[in-house]
Amino acid sequence: MMMSKIVRTMTHLLVPLTFIYSVYLIMHGHLTPGGGFQGGGVFASAVALLIIAFGSQNIHKSLKEHHLSILESSGALIFIGLAFGGIATIFFYNFLTGSSIFGRIPPTGSNPGDIWTGGVIPLMNFAVGLKVIAGLSAILLTMALATSLKEVEE
Amino acid sequence: MRKTAIVVSLIVFAALLVVTAFLIHPFGDPPSAMDDYIIKNTQIETGANNAVTAVVFDYRGYDTLGEATILFTAVTGVVMLFRRRKRT
Repeated sequence: MMMSKIVRTMTHLLVPLTFIYSVYLIMHGHLTPGGGFQGGGVFASAVALLIIAFGSQNIHKSLKEHHLSILESSGALIFIGLAFGGIATIFFYNFLTGSSIFGRIPPTGSNPGDIWTGGVIPLMNFAVGLKVIAGLSAILLTMALATSLKEVEE
Repeated sequence: MRKTAIVVSLIVFAALLVVTAFLIHPFGDPPSAMDDYIIKNTQIETGANNAVTAVVFDYRGYDTLGEATILFTAVTGVVMLFRRRKRT
């Protein structure tokens, strides 16, 4: 079931901003406060807004659970693969620092930072963000669908 | 008998908590060797400006792996619990 037109219009305005903010939190996790978990939580809050405003049945037409589960599994696989990438030295070794991919070393001390630093950390942030986005959205969608079905049956 | 045992154990527990609160490491003064090491070497070793993220994803990667596993288990449990039955 849908909510009123006012709520839907405000959702149209707010959801893109929230998505952009969540992607910013994930991609700047190694420079500013935030990271994969926090950005994924912000994204899931936008999905919750969508589900409340438009109804879980309408959202379910374009967002299926098995797609989300594929996304979550691929995030976990990227994370574990990156962790195994440094196994020549030790598990979870940061093997990309100093290389050509995300390998710049920032100056020591307070500085605004550079997006192309951090070695394996931005990629891990991305993997964890993908995982949290898919996982929390799957939880929200499944719970909303279950409650909406119960309303129909009663 | 049982009540007195409960009361005595609660008093002992509260006393332990109070003693621990007085013995705890004072906030920020002096910082331990681990804090100093991380603050000094994060930008050189990992290249990340955010020391918290460097600790979470690099120095303590196993913890993050555990968190990810917890999230995965929670999602699996919720999806399994709320799955829709086929209508007959």
